Amino acid sequence: MSATNDIWVFVEHEKGEPKKVSLELATKARELADALGGSAAAVAFGPGAAATAKKIGLYGAGTLFVSEDEKFSSYSVTPQAQVLADLIAEKKPRVVLFPATPVAKDVAAQASAKVGAGVLTNAIAVDVKDGAVISTAPAFGGSIEVTSTVNGDVPQFVLVRPNALLPQQVGSDAQVVSIGTAIKDDSLLAKVVDTIVEAGSDAPLEEAAVIVAGGRGVGGPENFKLLEALAKELGGVVGASRAAVDAGWISYPHQVGQTGKTVKPTLYIACGISGAIQHKVGMQTSKVIVAINKNADSPIFEFADLGIVGDIFDIVPKLTEEVKKRKQA
Amino acid sequence: MNIVVCLKQVPDTTAEKKLNAEFRLDRTSVENIVNPFDEYAVEEALKIKEQKGGTVTALSVGPESAKEALRKAIAMGVEKAMLVSDANLAGSDSLGTAKAIAGALSKLQYDIVLFGMTSTDAASAQVAGKVAALLNLPLLSYASKLEVGDDSATSSRQTDKGYDVISAKLPAVVSVVKGINEPRYPSLKGIMQAKRTPIDVLPLSDIGVDASEVGKAGAKEKVLGFVPTKARQAGKVVKDDGAAAVVIADFLVASKCM
Ligand SMILES: Cc1cc2nc3c(=O)[nH]c(=O)nc-3n(C[C@H](O)[C@H](O)[C@H](O)COP(=O)(O)OP(=O)(O)OC[C@H]3O[C@@H](n4cnc5c(N)ncnc54)[C@H](O)[C@@H]3O)c2cc1C
Ligand SMILES: Nc1ncnc2c1ncn2[C@@H]1O[C@H](COP(=O)(O)O)[C@@H](O)[C@H]1O
Repeated sequence: MSATNDIWVFVEHEKGEPKKVSLELATKARELADALGGSAAAVAFGPGAAATAKKIGLYGAGTLFVSEDEKFSSYSVTPQAQVLADLIAEKKPRVVLFPATPVAKDVAAQASAKVGAGVLTNAIAVDVKDGAVISTAPAFGGSIEVTSTVNGDVPQFVLVRPNALLPQQVGSDAQVVSIGTAIKDDSLLAKVVDTIVEAGSDAPLEEAAVIVAGGRGVGGPENFKLLEALAKELGGVVGASRAAVDAGWISYPHQVGQTGKTVKPTLYIACGISGAIQHKVGMQTSKVIVAINKNADSPIFEFADLGIVGDIFDIVPKLTEEVKKRKQA
Repeated sequence: MNIVVCLKQVPDTTAEKKLNAEFRLDRTSVENIVNPFDEYAVEEALKIKEQKGGTVTALSVGPESAKEALRKAIAMGVEKAMLVSDANLAGSDSLGTAKAIAGALSKLQYDIVLFGMTSTDAASAQVAGKVAALLNLPLLSYASKLEVGDDSATSSRQTDKGYDVISAKLPAVVSVVKGINEPRYPSLKGIMQAKRTPIDVLPLSDIGVDASEVGKAGAKEKVLGFVPTKARQAGKVVKDDGAAAVVIADFLVASKCM
C-alpha cells in the first residue's frame, strides 16, 4: 500500500475529555505532517468521542474520525483495533501515534498485526530526519537511547510515553468525520462485564507532573498519608517502590520501576527509597529528582538533583507546611 | 484443560549490557533469566492445572540458550516444553515473534495461552495482543485476577481507577500482571525433573512459518543507531539540621517545580 504523508493520533479519552497525552500527540502530529507535507488527523472511539474534537483540534489535528458505537465500551480493545485497521487500510496514513498506555498498546498490537504495521515502542521523541520519521526510545534500563524507524512501505506506529512531548495550541476545532463500524463476530471478543472503581487505586502516575513516592522507609500503610498530604499540596500523586507495594502498604498501580510504571514527571520526590536499579529505571527520566533518606550511603543520592540526609517523618510534614505557606505568600 | 505459557529468556537487568555491530544485544556478555513477568504466567498456569486438571506446556522462541529458561519452568512444575529456534529468527521484531508463537501454537492443543504483561528487554507489551489478533482469539490482557471455567474465563483488568471485569470464551489469550500470584520456587524434585525432561526444538519449517516472515528478513522495525544516555549526575547532598524543608522548598522554587 502506497501511503500518504498523513500523521494520525489514536485518541484516548474519558467520556469525551481527552487525556493530556492525546493533546501532546496531536501537536506532534501537526508538526510531523507540516514537515512531510501531509495533514494531521486523529481517531477516537466510544461514547463521547466526538466531543474531543474541540481540544484535539485546538492542539493540532485538523480532522477527527469518530465512531461512538456502544460496543467500544462494552467490549475490550479488539473492536477498536479492527475498526482502526480497516480505516488505516482505506486512508493509508503514513504514521499513527499512540499513547504508550495499556489500552493503546493493545490496540496498536492488534491493529498492527492486521495491517502489517511496524511498531516502535516507548518513544520519548519523534522527529523527521532526511524524510524519515524517527523515534527515540530508552533501552536496557535507560542506559542507552535507541533511534529507529520502520522498513518498507508499511504504516508506522509509534507508541509515545506520556509527558515526553509538549502540547501546544496550534489549531482550531477539528472537523468531525463519522466512520462506519464494522465490528466483526462478537463471540471472538472479550466483553467488559463490570467496571469497578476502587478507592486508593486512582494512580494516573504516567500523566502526573509531580510524584511523591514512598519506599520501605515509610514504614507502614498509614504513614503514606504524610506523602499524600505533600503530593496534594504540590498538585501531584503518590507513587511507591516495590518494597512498599510488596509489603501491602499501597496498591500495585502506584509502583514505579522495572516491574511497575515508567514515569516522567517534572518533579519526583523519593521518600525512604534506597534507589535500586529496578526502581531507578522507572523514574530516572523525571526532570527533577529530590531524595530524602536517612542513610547517606543510599544509591539514590548518586542521581538525585537534591539529596537530603534525614528522617522523612521530620521532614515531609514540615515540607508540606512550607509549600502551603509559600503558595499563600 | 490444555494450557500453554509463553516465556522469554531475557538478560538480567542488573547486568551491564552491550550491543553488537547489528545493534542487537550481545547475549554472550550477560547472564540470562526468565523474564520476571513470565514467572507470574507460569505460576498462573500451574494454578489453573491444579484446579482443573490438564497439562501445561511452556513455549519459547529464541536461541538454544533459551532451553535454560524452559528448564526453570519445568522445575516449577510445568510438564512439557517447546523451543522454536532457527537461525532465520535472529533479528525478529514483535510481529515476527508473534508469528512464530502462532505457528508453534498450531502444533499444540490449547484452551488458554498465557503471557507475561511485558518482556523486560524489548518492553513492548506487543506480543500477546499480536498473537491474539493473528489467531482471532479473544484477548484478556493485564489480568490481575483470573478465573477459568469450563468454556470461558473471567479476568480483572487493571485500570488506573480500579479494574474492569472482562470475560471471554475459550480458547483465549491472557496476559498477566505482577501481583496476580506469588510464583513458587522450583522444588528439588522439579530441578531433577528439569534435567531429565527432553525439550522439543522446532525449526521454522516444522511450524509452517516462512523464513521471509520473521527474523531480520521480515522485520519492519529498523534500528538506526544508539547513544549512551547522559547519566544523571549526583546533585547537592545536604544533611538535615532542622531546616531541610526550607532547603527543599527553595530548591523547588529555583528549579521551577513550584
Ligand atoms: C526482577 C526485579 C524487579 C523489580 N522491580 C522493581 C520495581 O518495579 N520497582 C521497585 O521499586 N523495585 C523493584 N525491584 C526491587 C528493588 O531491587 C529494590 O528491592 C526496591 O526498589 C527497594 O525498595 P525501597 O527502596 O523502598 O527499600 P529499601 O531498599 O529497603 O530502602 C529503604 C530506604 O529507606 C530509608 N529509610 C528508612 N527509614 C527512613 C526514614 N525514617 N527516613 C528516611 N529514610 C528512611 C533507608 O535508609 C533505605 O535507604 C525489583 C527487583 C527485581 C529483582
Ligand atoms: N521470544 C519469545 N518467546 C516466547 N514468549 C515471548 C517471547 N517474546 C515475548 N514473549 C511473551 O510475550 C510477552 C510480552 O512481551 P513483549 O511484547 O516483548 O513485551 C512476554 O511476557 C512473554 O510472555
